[in-house]
Amino acid sequence: MIIRLIERTAVLLVSLVVSSVLVFAFMAVLPGDPARVALGVNASDEAVAELRRQFGLGRPLPTQYFDWLGGLLRGDFGTSYVSKAEIGPQVFDRFQVTLWLVLAGMVIALVVAAPAGTVMAARHRKVSGLALSAISQLGVAVPAFLAGILLIMLFAVKLGWLPANGWTPPAQDPGMFVRQLILPALSLGLVQGAVLTRYVRSAVLDVLREDYLRTARAKGLRPFPALWRHGIRNAAVPVVTVLGLQLATLLIGAVVVERVFVIPGLGSLLLDGVSNRDLLLVQDVVMVLVVAVLVVNFLVDLLYVALDPRLRVGSR
Amino acid sequence: MSVVADVNVRTSDVLTVRGLTVTVRDKTLVSDVDLSVGPGERVGLIGESGSGKSLTALSVLGLLPEDVTASGSVRLTGVDHELIGADERRMSRVRGRRLAMVFQEPMTALNPTMRIGDQIAEAMLIHGTRPGRGAARAAAVELLERVQLPPDTLRAYPHQLSGGQRQRVVLALALANDPALLICDEPTTALDVTVQALVLDLIVKGVVARAAALLFITHDLAVVATVCERVLVMYGGRVVESGPVGEVFTRPRHRYTEGLLAASDLETTQRRLTTIPGNVPPAGQFPSGCVFRTRCRHATEVCATTPPWTGSETTGFACHHPAEAVDD
Amino acid sequence: MRRLNPSLVAGGLIVGLIVVMALVSFVWTPYDATLVDPVNRLAQPSWDHWFGTDKFGRDVLSQIMVGSRTTLFVGVVAVGVAAVIGVPLGILAAMARRWPAEIIMRTNDLLLAFPALLLAIMFGAVFGASTMTAMIAIGIASVPSFARVIRSGALQVMRTEYVLAARAAGRQPFPIAIRHVLPNVTSLITVQASVSFAIAVLAEAALSFLGYGTPPPTPSWGRMLQESQEFLFSAPRLAIFPGVAIAIAVLGFNLLGDGLRDRFDPKLEDRR
Repeated sequence: MIIRLIERTAVLLVSLVVSSVLVFAFMAVLPGDPARVALGVNASDEAVAELRRQFGLGRPLPTQYFDWLGGLLRGDFGTSYVSKAEIGPQVFDRFQVTLWLVLAGMVIALVVAAPAGTVMAARHRKVSGLALSAISQLGVAVPAFLAGILLIMLFAVKLGWLPANGWTPPAQDPGMFVRQLILPALSLGLVQGAVLTRYVRSAVLDVLREDYLRTARAKGLRPFPALWRHGIRNAAVPVVTVLGLQLATLLIGAVVVERVFVIPGLGSLLLDGVSNRDLLLVQDVVMVLVVAVLVVNFLVDLLYVALDPRLRVGSR
Repeated sequence: MSVVADVNVRTSDVLTVRGLTVTVRDKTLVSDVDLSVGPGERVGLIGESGSGKSLTALSVLGLLPEDVTASGSVRLTGVDHELIGADERRMSRVRGRRLAMVFQEPMTALNPTMRIGDQIAEAMLIHGTRPGRGAARAAAVELLERVQLPPDTLRAYPHQLSGGQRQRVVLALALANDPALLICDEPTTALDVTVQALVLDLIVKGVVARAAALLFITHDLAVVATVCERVLVMYGGRVVESGPVGEVFTRPRHRYTEGLLAASDLETTQRRLTTIPGNVPPAGQFPSGCVFRTRCRHATEVCATTPPWTGSETTGFACHHPAEAVDD
Repeated sequence: MRRLNPSLVAGGLIVGLIVVMALVSFVWTPYDATLVDPVNRLAQPSWDHWFGTDKFGRDVLSQIMVGSRTTLFVGVVAVGVAAVIGVPLGILAAMARRWPAEIIMRTNDLLLAFPALLLAIMFGAVFGASTMTAMIAIGIASVPSFARVIRSGALQVMRTEYVLAARAAGRQPFPIAIRHVLPNVTSLITVQASVSFAIAVLAEAALSFLGYGTPPPTPSWGRMLQESQEFLFSAPRLAIFPGVAIAIAVLGFNLLGDGLRDRFDPKLEDRR
């Protein structure tokens, strides 16, 4: 248990360092001059030189990297080349918005996928199971932004039940916050739910074939209670893995969905950064996204241990 | 079922199976099996793999795979309804309560994410045979003790136990509610030879202590000889011979039983082992008439018709050319 | 005995249909897809314009047809890039010694934290948005899943007796990889290509929707969706047609992938 924890933590730390190098190298080494990129091709050489001096872009790359990394660790994300504003507070604000969106999407995905996938598996030879399979297959094919557009058309335009876009912080107006969160969270959650449903189905199908489920039935448990008491936890192990991997998809899906619903999240910040050619901002946001994915995958790894006692070596 | 059918059921028997037929799509895997187990009786069901013995057990329990269907009649003492075709609600009250089963593969028969104690206690809590969680837990300790496992096994997870220990846990939870009938499907086949004897001993002790009946499925003649009083021989989805163990094993009548005994070293007087010619056909592809005729040295034209049952249900055989009845 | 596999048939039909549509668009479309017709702006579907026209009076059906080329082109190049890098990496990881293999797979896992779209946006930020950067970025992002699948397949092949025999006979690793491993993972490559293709179609649509994919005037389903957004109230069909096209294309490749997988390994799905 302890050994596993240490091992996982080491892997996480190495991954974080390597990915920070990758992100930095990609943004710093590959293209031309970030200052030139920020100011555009028409900028005068003097202006470019001035910007380079101001942000220390002439220093050796390792120095720049360690400055950047050290800043990140202290919570200092640097200053935008373009707006000259502190990046940190913006990233922090926007991150909360995206977090709400992703969490709500994840919850919806789970609420959809867990029962739907289980029914699909338990009734996989019956019409209801096949129908659900077909629906999930369709759901997988719909990208989140398209789902968003369709949901807007139905619930905002046609029925007028919910606002078509916008964002209100929960502290300001909780009612409006929820109303505006519903549609974007649904677009993320339904699509992700469709994908997750297929994993839940195959996990439950595997469990249904297990001998211990037959033992549970032989004890006198009916099919669904047997599956609930003895199957769910075992089926959860592979599903949790996928859930961790899907977080990356969900985060990136949020980037696009934020655009559809005009939500000031991390995705909008990233896209604005790209439009304004604000490379440091892009670099920071990408790093935050990657860190989020890696940390969640680390937590998922720990969750396995809680779910599967076989991984708790020497726990007796 | 009709009153007439019920008259034929000997009320003293614990388990009565009549005309059991198991099919998967168009294939017949078990056909027309009759079998009875009396109170406290230990009956062996022997046959090679594919003979339909496991399917017979699963039909009794109502746990056949989804696309496999059973027809015929299965009655259990103390249960006022037919078991074949009974709905889940009614079957779940019988399973684990009046009828319990020990499966072949102990390594996978227990839930890997649940503690042993909870799995045993659950068997009692489902049927409300103990007043509460505490009582069920106390009973679980006692059950573990009977199968010679220490009380701290309660807190263990299955992966911390050996195969033999796990099979004893499965036995403990099968016996938790004092069932009228225990079915064991090759319970020691997957175990090391050294622990087989212990598990067999515990099974016999367990059923004897509860005056429960035992239906013991195996391909191992030696195991049947030590555990059972009566034996049924299955081949090709049919019961071909039945009788007291001593009688069947010393004076087999059906030619298949004869071959089976000759092939095992159980009763051979000469040192040379014989084998039955040919192979067991794949499931559902046995010949019509006598299922053994394609491998039988004594087969004649008459064997193309299904041989009638000779003798009583408890002692008899189905063969057109039986071996001599008198031992010489 | 082999039953007709509905996923394979449906997926094959849909993909075939898209390919035919793309091919036809080279020789015939109802209108020039980029032809601006101010008189017929936002026309309703009619005999003249089956799917109506957009805000510039361009024929929607023609744009959808030409857009299928973009979709297929991006998919083919992205999957090509992913396969050309991912397959050798996967085989290498399966055949290499413990440590090099470990490093390859760890790096691979790390790259999974960079989804296709994120990579493409980064590429767009650095190199400027174009179809080329989108294709390459999507391709690179698809490498890890390719490498992972191929590695597990190659590991199985490495354990087979004919490979063991070849190694015992002193054959060099490279000939073994070419003669034994590669031919035996082609079915995996096909399945993974189909699945990656679906992801590429999704990523391209999302990128074009965000404005980082195919630049105008080349028709692209994703950009058609983006342009439709301002008319969600007045002309929702402008979103429906390209949206349905994207969903059907993704569905087609997903079904094809599922069908191929079942066909190559019927044990994977449940059919006892």
